Amino acid sequence: MTMTAVLDRNAVWKLAATVTDPEIPVLTIEDLGVLRDVRFEGETAVVTLTPTYSGCPAMDQMGDDVVLTLTEAGYRDVRVDFVLKPVWSTDWMSDAGKRKLERYGIAPPGPKPTSGPIPVQLGVKCPRCGSLRTKTVSQFGSTSCKALYECLSCLEPFDFFKPH
Amino acid sequence: MTHPDADANVTVSEVELEEEYSGTGSTATSDEAEYALRLGDDSLILAQQLGWWISRAPELEEDMALGNIGLDMLGHARNFLHFAGSALGKTEDELAYFRDEHEFRSAWLFEQPNGDFAHTIARGLLTSAYLFELYSRLQASDSEGLAAIAEKSLKEVTYHRDHAVMWTLRLAGGTDESRRRFERALINNWPYLDELFTDDELFDRLAHVPRPSELREPTMAVLRQVLQEAELDEPEVAQSSGGGRRGMHSTYLGPLLAEMQVLARQFPGASW
Repeated sequence: MTMTAVLDRNAVWKLAATVTDPEIPVLTIEDLGVLRDVRFEGETAVVTLTPTYSGCPAMDQMGDDVVLTLTEAGYRDVRVDFVLKPVWSTDWMSDAGKRKLERYGIAPPGPKPTSGPIPVQLGVKCPRCGSLRTKTVSQFGSTSCKALYECLSCLEPFDFFKPH
Repeated sequence: MTHPDADANVTVSEVELEEEYSGTGSTATSDEAEYALRLGDDSLILAQQLGWWISRAPELEEDMALGNIGLDMLGHARNFLHFAGSALGKTEDELAYFRDEHEFRSAWLFEQPNGDFAHTIARGLLTSAYLFELYSRLQASDSEGLAAIAEKSLKEVTYHRDHAVMWTLRLAGGTDESRRRFERALINNWPYLDELFTDDELFDRLAHVPRPSELREPTMAVLRQVLQEAELDEPEVAQSSGGGRRGMHSTYLGPLLAEMQVLARQFPGASW
């Protein structure tokens, strides 16, 4: 049986939305707010993504995975465009995404940091025990988007998805 | 066309470079391209230098921090070079790997050597304070392409500045040795600030980007605030005239480029 793909924007969006972040597999690109637009140019399905961090190496992988997913579903002409504007921020992350992150053991992003030159630290809740007695180990963690924290109550280290 | 052998004498135009990020999707004018080259080269040179620290920083967290900052800078460089390339008909890889030293437009501050950790932090303090003020203004530019990259980069530079400020406070307020080293590092990097704030004829043609001279006061105000907090004196040292924007570079750039470009030049179009 040959698969015939329907030129249906919603169907393509739903498929593209199943692609996950290679570094944080519980989050889809839709949860992350990276999936911006789906449209057709003639027979070509055009999916628009926006990068989280400028140098994030996972972006290329996400783009490739979108092409792969849609191709497997029978779409023959697929293109992925990257746009910078409007600029991605953690506000684009869905509430469902934030809950998934916390269950996965990564503290979800909170309010944006202050913009003054002398940094002010905001409290971050431990995703394991819920304690607010936590401290920053490093603002730069295992990936561009995460900081490294330590809980002073349960003594576990954890990742914090930085507000961006 | 036959596939180029690794050792064959091929030029970059003969090989197909992988299609790259479409970035902002807008096309630069030739003046915008010149400007974007300056900004892209600043970021690229700093990214290349910061990568050196991975496995060599005083602690594991700093390996990651400096590596992450370098990665962000590389992202900014890619965006700016891609934008510049839209006017010059070149890809970001061609611009990064196949230009020679005199074709680079980076300022001298960005090519200053890593030195010890204090030197890298002092350089990071000056570059991030400057970039923060630059991108804060450039994001409001009428040039759609440049504004989008600036807005994106500003968010990341904010973290870089926090990192540099926190370490400045810690090194200045740490031991006598850390303070002595940081003071020396600040003095060694300070002469290269002036070049960042020097206007040239490009800005007479390019009305919709901030003039470098506009950035002097706000950048210096932030640096003075940080130095005051760290109880450090502002260095009183003569300023270098630089010349990076005209392709005149310090002796540090050549070896740095040699290391950065050797693989791409030996194996054009290589991927892994």
